[in-house]
Amino acid sequence: MNKESGNYIKKLALFRSFFISLLAIILALFISIFFVMWAKDFGFTASAKLLFTSIWKGSFGTKVNFIETLVFSTPLIFTGLAHSVAFKTGLFNIGVEGQFIMGSTVATLIGLIPGIPAPIHIPLTLGGGILAGMVWAGIPGYLKARVGTNEVVNTIMMNFIAMHLTNYLVMGPFHKPSSASTPLIQQSARLYRFLGSNNRLNVSLFIGLALAIVVYILLWKTTIGYEIRAVGLSPSSAEYGGINIKKNIILAMVISGAIAGMGGATHTMGVQLQSIQLFGFTNFGFDGIAVALVAKSNPIGVIFSAILFGALNYSSGTLMLYGIPKTIVYLIQGIIILFIAGEYMFRKIADRRKKGALVNE
Amino acid sequence: MNSSFYIALTGIIAATLRSATPLIFAALGGVFSEKSGVVNIALEGIMTTGAFFAVYGSYATGSPWMGILFAIISGAVMAAIHAYLSINLNADQVVSGVGINVFAGALTSYLIVKIFKTNSQTSVVNSLPYPSEAMAKVPIIGPILGELNWFVFIALILVFVSNYVLYKTPLGLRIRSVGEHPKAADTLGISVYKIRYLCVILSGVLAALGGATLSIGVMNLYRENMVSGRGFIALAAMIFGNWKPINSMWACMLFAFADTFQLFAKGFGWTIPGEFYAAFPYILTMLVLAGFVGKTQAPAADGVPYEKDNR
Repeated sequence: MNKESGNYIKKLALFRSFFISLLAIILALFISIFFVMWAKDFGFTASAKLLFTSIWKGSFGTKVNFIETLVFSTPLIFTGLAHSVAFKTGLFNIGVEGQFIMGSTVATLIGLIPGIPAPIHIPLTLGGGILAGMVWAGIPGYLKARVGTNEVVNTIMMNFIAMHLTNYLVMGPFHKPSSASTPLIQQSARLYRFLGSNNRLNVSLFIGLALAIVVYILLWKTTIGYEIRAVGLSPSSAEYGGINIKKNIILAMVISGAIAGMGGATHTMGVQLQSIQLFGFTNFGFDGIAVALVAKSNPIGVIFSAILFGALNYSSGTLMLYGIPKTIVYLIQGIIILFIAGEYMFRKIADRRKKGALVNE
Repeated sequence: MNSSFYIALTGIIAATLRSATPLIFAALGGVFSEKSGVVNIALEGIMTTGAFFAVYGSYATGSPWMGILFAIISGAVMAAIHAYLSINLNADQVVSGVGINVFAGALTSYLIVKIFKTNSQTSVVNSLPYPSEAMAKVPIIGPILGELNWFVFIALILVFVSNYVLYKTPLGLRIRSVGEHPKAADTLGISVYKIRYLCVILSGVLAALGGATLSIGVMNLYRENMVSGRGFIALAAMIFGNWKPINSMWACMLFAFADTFQLFAKGFGWTIPGEFYAAFPYILTMLVLAGFVGKTQAPAADGVPYEKDNR
């Protein structure tokens, strides 16, 4: 096979996998129209028009909404990338949620320390968040590699532990009296809000975009990435080829956790500026699953799918204004995940058609 | 023995049984599903639908018993989606479970708005009647019985029924063989697909009953986030109980005890923060999984899709 046709096949495969994501999104939007019809007692076209105009207005339609959409998308870029790295190694890091929480909590604690100049304080706070994420992912990674326990179960447990630990710290030693949060972090630990301090958009967006490119290079242009992907594709052949599976499982989990922790830290440093008592999960980590699935774990694809889900999440407020239950956006998300889980269905149909073509020849 | 100690003790036992019940239902569901080889992360979402539809059934018909039926049907439907994706479409079972969880949460919130015209909470409905005054008159254990509800008894009975079915009947043998070595089971003429469908749908029914316990067993309405992670605690209890019904029941009791104890510990003037009790089940499960406490063994084919043609 010459190089040109190899590239062509690669491109075709890439196109096909994105096509399935696109199909899942379209199908999910289509189904959600029926829920709007049912909620509003409108006809099909009226419901479709109402749903899509309100999603558009609520996400990209006005300047303010567009900025907030990007604020909502930024953490999803991080968590989507974190899931992607794990997926590429054949791991399911449900713990991205907990790693994100720990990243933001530790960033708050370091951010509260007074009297450090910004050039030191910012990297220190960010680094603390990254380290927290690494530790939170490293434990289940280590247990998976050394003891063989399922990372899915352990990371679910670590999510809950992260939530309760954060609540203890927020409501206990770092509690700001008569509130359900910590005090605001020091000015010196905050990320620059380039549209003025009233707009929550900050440089963490660019950190996320740069990180997507770094992850792309890491996965496809370095030996580490090659080994990680080889373990994901076929652990036994990777081992036969001299790749240490255990080392790579731990490594992939730690990288995934570092990205998630970084996402949590930047969210604290740029948007939240404090830690708040958690009555449930932040959902940034869980939404990242859908982001990575839709992007087929492609780091560049993650950027676009993060913006898509950020837009959906943020537009839920506008949906309410138009009398559409805001949970429609989560219905869309759930249906997208279910369709992608069942992508085999699309493949089966395609294969059947291919077989038919062979018979005819 | 002084009487205040006695009251605290019966209170703790009754509260432990009450909060263990939804966990026991869901954990039994997990046992059936995973014994047959299908990982069921969707327990959380199925509990949510069960909790909501129990209230809806009671609201629509006026009878809480119909509520239970509605819950069972809703759980079976949700589980059937998971079964179809995992068994027929070879889906990643964790992805499918996550999808069901997101979908179930959104669907119930949507239905609250649609049916009850409010946000985040349903109207008050008839809950399951329980003769607590008559039960309290039973000698010795009366004070405990008076504080319970019917779901507690159903759950405890189902634990032993499940154990009997799994370990003493031909069906149980088939379930376990499908989860351990589907190819061998298939060779012997056992339909892997049918057994797995049966078990996943059964797990949906059980998890939905667990949800119904929360909504019409303990309270008389459904509130958003009512399940709040209990599906995952049940999953932990199932693993802690080594994928066995009776052991899982004890694990649920232990987790429920930790939960109950935090309320009473405050009364005793103990100063350990509540968050540590809340995190206790998860920490314990991880320690068990890591092999520090006892040893667990998952079914060999757990989470592996089975393809009939692939010999």
